[in-house]
Amino acid sequence: MPIAESDVRWVEEPRLGILEQLYVPAIVEGLQTTVQHLFQRKITVQYPEEEPTAVSRDFAKLPANYRGVHRLNRDEQGRVKCVACYMCSTACPAHCIDIVAAPSPWPDREKYPETFVIDELRCIYCGMCEEACPVDAIELTTLYDLTGLSREEMMFDKEKLLSVYDQTVKAGTDPIRTRAGKLSVASEPPLPS
Amino acid sequence: MAVVYVNDRPIDIGSERLNLIQAAQKAGVLIPHYCWHPALSVVASCRMCLVEVGERKPDGTVVMQPKVVPACQTPAKDGTVVVTNSERARYAQQQTLESLLLNHPLDCPVCDKAGECLLQDYSYRFGRAHSRLVDDKNQPPNKPYIGEQITLFTDRCIMCTRCVRFTREISGTAELEVVHRGHHAEIDIFPGRPCNNKLAGNVVDLCPVGALCSKDFLYKQRVWFLKSQASVCADCSTGCSVFIDSNKDVVYRLRPRSNPLAQGDFMCDEGRFGYHYINARERWTRPLARGPSGLSPADWPSLLATLRRELRAAAQRRSWAVVAMLSPFLTCEEAFLLAKYFKGLSEQVRLVLGPVPIVGEDDTYPKDARGRPVQPVKFTIRAEKCPNRRGVEEVLRHFQGEVVTFDVALRRADEGQVEVMYLAAGYPPRPHGWITPEQGAVLAKVPRLIVHDLWDSPAAQAATWFLPAASVAEKEGTFVNHAGLAQAVRRAIRPPGECRADGQVFWELLERRGLFHAPAVRAELAREVAFFAPLGSADLGEHGMQLPGAPAAGADSTTPGGAPT
Repeated sequence: MPIAESDVRWVEEPRLGILEQLYVPAIVEGLQTTVQHLFQRKITVQYPEEEPTAVSRDFAKLPANYRGVHRLNRDEQGRVKCVACYMCSTACPAHCIDIVAAPSPWPDREKYPETFVIDELRCIYCGMCEEACPVDAIELTTLYDLTGLSREEMMFDKEKLLSVYDQTVKAGTDPIRTRAGKLSVASEPPLPS
Repeated sequence: MAVVYVNDRPIDIGSERLNLIQAAQKAGVLIPHYCWHPALSVVASCRMCLVEVGERKPDGTVVMQPKVVPACQTPAKDGTVVVTNSERARYAQQQTLESLLLNHPLDCPVCDKAGECLLQDYSYRFGRAHSRLVDDKNQPPNKPYIGEQITLFTDRCIMCTRCVRFTREISGTAELEVVHRGHHAEIDIFPGRPCNNKLAGNVVDLCPVGALCSKDFLYKQRVWFLKSQASVCADCSTGCSVFIDSNKDVVYRLRPRSNPLAQGDFMCDEGRFGYHYINARERWTRPLARGPSGLSPADWPSLLATLRRELRAAAQRRSWAVVAMLSPFLTCEEAFLLAKYFKGLSEQVRLVLGPVPIVGEDDTYPKDARGRPVQPVKFTIRAEKCPNRRGVEEVLRHFQGEVVTFDVALRRADEGQVEVMYLAAGYPPRPHGWITPEQGAVLAKVPRLIVHDLWDSPAAQAATWFLPAASVAEKEGTFVNHAGLAQAVRRAIRPPGECRADGQVFWELLERRGLFHAPAVRAELAREVAFFAPLGSADLGEHGMQLPGAPAAGADSTTPGGAPT
């Protein structure tokens, strides 16, 4: 839908006076910011000596909705939660998710992913897959130090993605972010006041 | 002349017998409908097409009926007034959709129909966002075995009964029925009588929701990933208009495309599920040349140069010992280019028509309970299992005045009178095969045998050179069906491996520059061959073009199925 002319507000650029044209006040203002930072608490982390984690001391804390490596969640029975609806791969702007669906071996479900591969190198970690998922099966964790020695290694298959779930749940770093229809605390952290 | 007023817009429907859905369609207004289908009888059971109807009297006053009526059941006549966007009509549509969705599960993410589902589309356009149902949904168990190819997700069904009417009216086999009543009504088969007739796959297309699904396509792809290309089915000489749905150069399904000139609205299961060879890994996709250690890979440019040299030399030496076979799976353009090439070498080169596969007899539908055909015929599966015998024959007739069969060429090969033989085959692999081992043994006597085919065969085993052919989904061109209807074949996917479209190979044999372009060759064909003259004037369009002056030898008078009643 095109924007209606009535909704457009035209804003004029303010004219510069003599003082503004000298740029001295602007330089002073900038220096003020710099000096302020000299006396503030330092927020830089000495990586890799110090590693920021989602639960570590608060000076080195990652935001709870940090978007790192993906995981595939498990349901209560430990099965993959994904129903292979392809919503994530449809939403994915980088086309990095490849799914092969099949009739599920379980009576209570019709469809499940036979294979589920994410190309972690191609992924841009935008979180669209997480948003698109209707069953909260795919989530992005706070694991940020993703390395590998080959491209093949970075193609995460279903087993690997489930193991990321096991790992992050055991470590307690990543609570499940979304619950059918309702976003949990982790997905909407309070804004810094 | 009859004028119908659709949402205050007058539309002239002439003398056609239309219902209000069709009349509104002419005015560009969509009246939502589920149970109505142009090829099936009217039951007005889904109530989705409720509209306000009235009549404009000669004096200009309009009298509206006091209630909404189903548009599918109301014939359009002069002065009929249809209102689809009034408060009352919209309210009726919303109420109907809410009631249809009462028991419909919200499993769109796992439903194969999602993306082309009329329930989704209409809910979005005409429905209301909320359901007021507080009780549990009625969710009867699924029926995975309706037929070999069909599965039923019972809870998704909205009881439009299109499938039931199809098996009763078009296939005549009547396997499907409605069991139970009212709220508990379900589609089912009779015990031990699965829906396995040769047209059964059509019920999947007819289903407006995801209740009946094809096992062949189940969970293979989401439909929004598929690209549809309007083309022609190559499995029999009916030449059904189809959509070839593919993604990333893999064909996932064939769907019938409505064409009143060719077959109507449907297609048979042989064609529908017979596409798998296109994706098969066993296809030969490299040009091969016979060396001391048997067939070994060759490259196209040098191989084509060799072929041109060998063929020219042979034609100069003993031109009557050069034979080219044109299979009925070639498009008219390809046959034309190949015939032109060989007749350009020498007038004496012999062109023969490849074997025409005939399996059984023409199979007509509907059938009665005992499986006997019933008149009037609504759908015919032809015994002639090739798409373009007529077209190739006409090309051959133009170039050498007569159509010589492959047997004649084989006999001459057996007598040792053939030096070079070019077999432009392109036959899909079918159980009957296009060539027998005995015929292959005869071909082995030909000193230089060029086989242009998809697949391994006795001929390929005897080949001196093997060229990989393109399947119907990879070609551009024209097929002429049994009744002389010329339809455009369009390329849906790229040929696999090193395959090239046959037309391109013939184009290069002719040493023409650039790329094979089917419409240009079609225009050339129309200029040079009288039979194809009408094709030069215009684009073939969606439905194809009936060629006049087609000899009525094989043609019969069966009307295509699914003509609107």
